[in-house]
Order: sequence, then C-alpha cells, then structure tokens
Amino acid sequence: MKVGFYPGCSMKGGAREYQESVSALAKVFDIELVEIPDWNCCGATAAHNLNKELSLSLPARIMALAEREGISDIVVPCAACYNRLSIVKHELEADKSLSKRVASIIDLKYEGTTQILNIIQFIDKYITDRLEEKVVKPFDYKTACYYGCLLVRPHSILKFDRVEDPQSMDVLVKKAGGDAIDWAYKTECCGAGMSVSRTDTVARLSGNIMKDAVDRAAEVVVVACPMCHSNLDMRRPEINKFLNEKIDIPILYISQVLGLAVGLDAKTLGLNRHMTEVNLPVKPAMEVPVASEPKKVVNTQKLEA
Amino acid sequence: MSRIGVFVCHCGENISATVNCEKVAKITGELKGVEFSTDYKYMCSDPGQTLLKEAIKEHKLDGVVVAACSPRMHEPTFRKACAEAGLNPFLCEMSNIREHCSWVHPKDDLTTEKAGDLVRVMVEKVKKNKALNSIKVPVTKTALVIGGGIAGIQAALDIANCGHKVIMVEKQPSIGGHMSQLSETFPTLDCSQCILTPRMVEVAQHPNITLHTYSEVEVVDGFIGNFKVKIRKKSKSLDEHLCTGCGLCTTKCPQKKIPNEFERGLGFRPAIYVPFPQAVPNKPVIDRENCTYYIKGKCKVCEIVCPTKAIRFDQEDEILDVEVGAIVLATGFDVLKPDFFPEYGYGKYKDVIDGLQFERLASASGPTQGEIRRPSDGKEPKKIVFVACAGSRDPAKGIEYCSKICCMYTAKHAMLYKHKVHDGTPYVFYMDIRAGGKMYEEFVRRTIVEDGTHYVRGRVSTIYEKNGKLIVRGADTLMGGIPIEIEADMVVLATAGVANKGAEELAQTAHVSYDAYKFFAEAHPKLKPVETNTAGIFLAGACQAPKDIPESVAAASGAAVKVAALFSNDELTRDPLVALVNRQPAPVFSSCVGCFLCQSVCPYQAIEREEIKNRNGEVIKTLARVNEGLCQGCGTCVALCRTKAIDIHGYSNQQVYTEIMALLNE
Repeated sequence: MKVGFYPGCSMKGGAREYQESVSALAKVFDIELVEIPDWNCCGATAAHNLNKELSLSLPARIMALAEREGISDIVVPCAACYNRLSIVKHELEADKSLSKRVASIIDLKYEGTTQILNIIQFIDKYITDRLEEKVVKPFDYKTACYYGCLLVRPHSILKFDRVEDPQSMDVLVKKAGGDAIDWAYKTECCGAGMSVSRTDTVARLSGNIMKDAVDRAAEVVVVACPMCHSNLDMRRPEINKFLNEKIDIPILYISQVLGLAVGLDAKTLGLNRHMTEVNLPVKPAMEVPVASEPKKVVNTQKLEA
Repeated sequence: MSRIGVFVCHCGENISATVNCEKVAKITGELKGVEFSTDYKYMCSDPGQTLLKEAIKEHKLDGVVVAACSPRMHEPTFRKACAEAGLNPFLCEMSNIREHCSWVHPKDDLTTEKAGDLVRVMVEKVKKNKALNSIKVPVTKTALVIGGGIAGIQAALDIANCGHKVIMVEKQPSIGGHMSQLSETFPTLDCSQCILTPRMVEVAQHPNITLHTYSEVEVVDGFIGNFKVKIRKKSKSLDEHLCTGCGLCTTKCPQKKIPNEFERGLGFRPAIYVPFPQAVPNKPVIDRENCTYYIKGKCKVCEIVCPTKAIRFDQEDEILDVEVGAIVLATGFDVLKPDFFPEYGYGKYKDVIDGLQFERLASASGPTQGEIRRPSDGKEPKKIVFVACAGSRDPAKGIEYCSKICCMYTAKHAMLYKHKVHDGTPYVFYMDIRAGGKMYEEFVRRTIVEDGTHYVRGRVSTIYEKNGKLIVRGADTLMGGIPIEIEADMVVLATAGVANKGAEELAQTAHVSYDAYKFFAEAHPKLKPVETNTAGIFLAGACQAPKDIPESVAAASGAAVKVAALFSNDELTRDPLVALVNRQPAPVFSSCVGCFLCQSVCPYQAIEREEIKNRNGEVIKTLARVNEGLCQGCGTCVALCRTKAIDIHGYSNQQVYTEIMALLNE
C-alpha cells in the first residue's frame, strides 16, 4: 500500500519525532509512505495573511506534484499544513477560474483529485481495522485527547468529527487500550504561533489546558499537531510558572501512542526527543502477554457447560 | 369567430413600472379574434371588475383574458365577475404578466413585448376553452382533529359547539399535549393545568366529540367534504369499558423504573401507567416494550389485582374506518434531542436540562413537587444559567428561525426560580429579547427589575463540569465582548422548538405541504394562515411553526371557523378541471384500451374500471373512468396514457399545443 506523505517544515525540524513515529507506525502496518518529491512550504500562517494567490499556489503546487506522481491520498500529519491544503483544495474546487489561474502560476496541471488526510483520517482509513489485533502493550493510561483548532475548524470545510466535542482520537486511544477521559479543553486554543512573540499568552492558554487535564487525573495528553505539541511540551516551564505548579505529564503524538501499543520501542518512536521527559510507569495490563485472549475463551466455555 | 376581451392590469406599479400596459392592450387588441382590449390600474378592484363586466355585456364577449398576476389569488375573482356578467366562468383565463414578466425583468421594450406574447398565448388558449359546469359534491359534516394538545382541544370544542361531530385522534394515552406539562404560563402566571384540565374534561364529555387516544392516523384518502380515513387504535391491553380508572394496577406493577416521558425523564413510571394524574381518559395503558409479561411471558400482576378484570393481554390493534368532511392538523412540536449540543454537554451532564424539564421541576405535580432541585444530587441550585436561543437562530446548527416562545418562557423560568429560591442568582444569556405580545414586554421587565435576573447579552460557547459545578463560558457583547465564566449549579437550555417527529410522514399521508424544517405549510402566510394547499385540511397550533398558547388557541379557533363554514353547505362546488376518458360511438367506445397504467399512477385513486356490456350482458370492453369527485386534475394520467384517451378539462392537449404553437408562430 502506497500513500503520499507531506512532511512540511515541522517534521524535518522541531517535530522530527512525529515523522519518526508516523513512519514507524506505517511500517508496522505495511504502508509505504511516499514523500512528495520537491515539496514546498504550505504557506503556514504567513502566506494567507500577506498574499491570497501565494497562499493558494503553495498548497496547490504540493497537490499538483502529488497528482503528477499518481498519488491519490496524501497524509499530512501537521494539523496546520492539513488545514491549509484542505482549505485550498476546497476553494479551488468551488472556483474553477481561480483554479485555472493558480495552475498557471504554479505551471503545473492541477485537477484537485488528491485526498488530503490528517493523521487521524489516515489512521482511520488504513490502520484502524487492523489496529486492535496488533495491540500487544495496551496503552493503559488516563489519556486526555487534545484536538486543538486546526484539525476541526472550519467545520463547514473540513467536516471532521463533531466540531465542539470531537471523538475520533478518543476512539483510537480506546482501541489502543487507553482510557480516554472526558475533559473540557479538547478544542481550546493553545496560543499557537504566539509562542515566540507573546510567550506569556501561550503560558496562560496552554496552562489552562494542562491544568484541566491534570485536574481530571490525566497521565498523558495526546495531540495530533506539532504546534500544540511544542506549546504544551516546550513551554512547560512557562506553563508551570504561570500555574505555580509542577506539572510533569508528557505530551505524546497519537502516532506515538499507537506505536507504543503495537510494541514499538521508545527510541524508534522518538520519545527521547520531547522536552518534558516521558516517564510513563509500566502498568500490569502491558505485561500480560497476548495469551489473555484464549484464557477468556476457556472461561466462557466453562460457564456454558 | 371569437369575441375575446383582453384586460391588462397595472397592479399599481407592480406591472406598469416595467411593462407598458397601454401598449400591451393596444397590440393585443389587434389580434385576430380579440374584440375588445383595455388596461386599468387595479383590475381586481371593484371599478376594475365592473369595467370587465360592462365590457362583457357591451361587446358580447365570449372569452376573457385578464393579464395580471398569478392565477393563484385572483383567478376566482375574475371568473366570478365573468359569471356575474353571464359568461361561463371557465371561458376566463389569466395571463401572468407580473411574476412571469414585470417582476423578473427590467423596464425595457423587450419586457413589454414578452408581456404581449404571454397575453397572445392565452388568447389562443381561450379560443379553445369550453364552457364547463362546476361539479357538486356532498359534505360529510364530521371533522377529524389530529392531535389532542391545546390547539386540537380548542379546535375540537369550537367545531363541536357549532353542532358538528368531531373525531379527535391523539397519539399519546392522554390528551393535553405539551401544555399539560407546563408549570405556570406567561405573562399572567396562571397554572397551566388549572386552565387546561377543564377543557380536557369538556372534550371527553362533549356529546359531539368522539375521542380516540393512543391512536394514529394511517391513511387519508378522498377530498374536501369526503375524506376517508383509517385510524389505528393501538392496543391499550385494556377493556376501557370495564376499567374504572381505580389505579390499583399502576401501584402494583413490579416494573417501576421506566423513565417517565411526561416528566421528561426526571421521574419514573410503571409499565402499566396513566401519564399524569389529570389524564383524560384517566385509564391506564400497558407499555408493551417494557412490560414484564410481554418481555418474559409471565407476571400478569395487573390482571390479578384488577377488581373489574379489565386487563386484556391479547388485545390487538383496531383499525377504524371513518368518513369526515374536514381535517384539522394539530400535531404540535417537539424539542431538540440531546446530541444536538455537544458543546453544552446536554445529555452528558445531568444538570444541563431543557426548558420542558425545568417546567416539570417547577410544576407542583412534578417529580420534586415544585421545588427547584437539580437532577444530579437533588440539591437546590443557588446559581442557575438560562441559555436562550439554544439552537434557534443558528445557521451553523441548521435552524435559522426564531423559536419565538423561548424569550418569554425563559423570563418566566427565571421568575419562577426566583420566587422559589429567594437567595438564588439567575442568569440569562440572550441574543435579543423578543417580547412582542400583550403584557409580554412588561413581564420581561418584571423579571429583570423586580426579580433581579441578570440578563447577559451574548452566546454561551461551551459548558463543562468541574468540581461539581457547571462552568458556563460565554461573552458579554454589550461590554465589548469580554469573556464571562459563570460557575453554575444548573443550566437550562431554551432549546429550539422543532417539528414533531412523524410530521413528515403525516404530511405525506394527508397530502399537505411542509417547509424545509418539516413544519406544515399554510396556503398563504398572511391571508390563509390556517388553510393548507389541500382543500379541506386546516392547521392549528405549533405544527405549523413554533407558537405560544394564545397563538395556538387563536389559530385553532380560526381553523374551527373554516371547518364550520365548510359544513354550513350541504354540498360543495368544485372546479370541473378534471380528467376525462374520451367516449366514441360503438363498436370502439373509446380510444382507451384498458391498460390501466393511469390507475397505477393516479395519486388520488380516482380511476375506476368501467365495463361495457353487450345486450346479453357479456363484457366486451373494459375502460378507464375518472371519478370526478376524486380527481384533482393533476394530469399524471394524461401524460402516461399510451393512446391519448385521457384529457383534462381546461388544460387539454389541444389547448397546450395551441399555446406552444402561438409562441412559435409569431
């Protein structure tokens, strides 16, 4: 199985562990990720604030390159890149003349035939069916699934999950053996790009998120966005200062959680690259070998007899 | 040679602003067969009609074309005028130069030219019109009222008091509807039950009203004055004649933990139950889905304890066939389902409830005997937040309309809360306060000023639970949109009023139209507010749109008057624009070959089989025949007829071809 892969800048820099874990997970499930050759920046927040055509052309070029390679599905793990690509695809679909104009700017044929998948959609399409059978170490932790904004909004375009109370990541964590807790900050703002210019704002916003997760006894927060990750993880000293607390629970990518559950080791998944040390205790459930299944069968037979 | 008159209407400026009416009259006056043409500012006015009548007499016209608005409103007006002048009304046609021309085109010579073309087409059609006579049909002077809420009750009583028979059908085991669930009513705070229950009893005891509760309408056939309706009387597992309503069975039923629908899930009921103490009829039904006997095959406690041996476990549904002359739809509304508001935790947090649930909490006969206690732990909430427009006026949620009743009942809720919890603090998040109605605005002011309710203008973005409190986050848009967080003990959502479940099916059963929100559609939003597009079927109450009690009652009385007016005739006249199967001399009899494709497509079951017999009484040919009483003139049979044996009076194939040819051969 071949799936296109668009890393964007973060996978090659601050979120290397995200790419490592996605690749490792894909390998377990025999999926070949094909990096789109000669890919470029998605435009991020800068392009659409400065130049409309530029903000359309950058993602369009990525999709056009994928089309040229005959790629039908592109997985875009970074939520911001996913958001840009999806919105541009939507806008060009709605306006054919704009689509022509953009095609002439990028000097490539653009049909808009590729499917843009975020990490959760990718997992749902290619992995979920086979996930439970591959789980060898249930991820038996109280887990707060944090979706942030870019995966779910704008709902009218992305149509991803329930916009106010998304569930898809919770479902995945449960399938991996985890306890996805109900909490209040699933889609609240983490402060996003303010990380550099207004660190205090990020400390406050991300602090509120972490506080609620910890108050509800979460042992780990799971994300699907490098921006969220960097704010909740890298800005932990500022968060703790704002809260006047010492919160030390780790922030993991959903790909790392599933990776751990299917038995990949910490190093392969890049757990060592996080700022907040990942020091999850070993739970009894993880030590029980897969053999627990036949045992149950014996029991039920007994009951029936 | 025809002598046709053309009358061009200016419709004030509606037509004349873009169409040169004088010119239209002039050019059409020159058409072959047109004897007279003129234009006038308001043709539908009294002088306009007089002009038409005079012209018919003076010029001995044998056909009339009125070039004006859509025939929907004024075709009857002009046909009546023609009849008064001695011309067969079906020789009068309207040419729509308003909706089809002046309203949709700019002022231009081409627009005038198009208007001229439209008139010319109609002139050609009128040349082929035939004088027709109205069809007379009898009227069954019994009305069917579907729905036993306040609207249905009012309509039924009004019709019955006019001396006509009424059959009322209610889906639930008792009549009373949502109004019976309410605590007190705005703006006078009189107790809902106290004003409603006498009416319910009156319905049950009225000699002219036959009440069928726990029943549903399954089939509606026929037409105005002559509907044939099938009613399914669901089995109550009870012989109603033997049951005395003593209630012993309901106290002994071992199933006691079934969520009580009447209490909106805030209380429990047994499997054999009366929905509420004042129910009419006050006799129980067995809820077979939850009854131990129907689930496990044994129990029958109710049968054992019943002093009159009224329990009938093997009772089956009964199908009643009734004939009625008019139908009033009064099926009411519903409130939104819990999964609509993931952001408010509605359905997830026990203390986030809807307005109807709050009514039950505030009701003296409710699960808390009227004390305001929160569902989760029974404590008295000291801080309560009411969220208005929960779902309403929210295009993102797919409900763009205003539910209309929420502003008032939310104000009432806040007031009732304050009256019962003196040290409590009520907050209301609102978008606008829509208090149009007699004493309504004063009522809202009272809530704010006298009862100290904090009205916050803004929407609530999210509600979540933390340490046993509900954190309500919103914005105060009158304070520059500053974010607000309230730690509340309980939240009441004024959820949007939506169409009742099953409304769409009922609309299709009864052949009435409905809007995008599945509310039943009135025939005209201003001038025919209680009529539907189907003659003889009327609307009352909130099945049409969210309505409060006074409005529902007013609409119900309106519908009742329409029914009474209909019943004041012994027979009805119908337009003769119906289908007809042609007849020819023997031995052909008709070009109909008896394939009966028409019968299978007729939506009104108007096609019958007619057997032609020879002198020996042997059937020699079977033909289709149209029942003029049933036919609505839709023309489906005409389109399908393989031998062109069927035609429609007033819209014959020949007339339609003539119209097309008139357009093509300028």
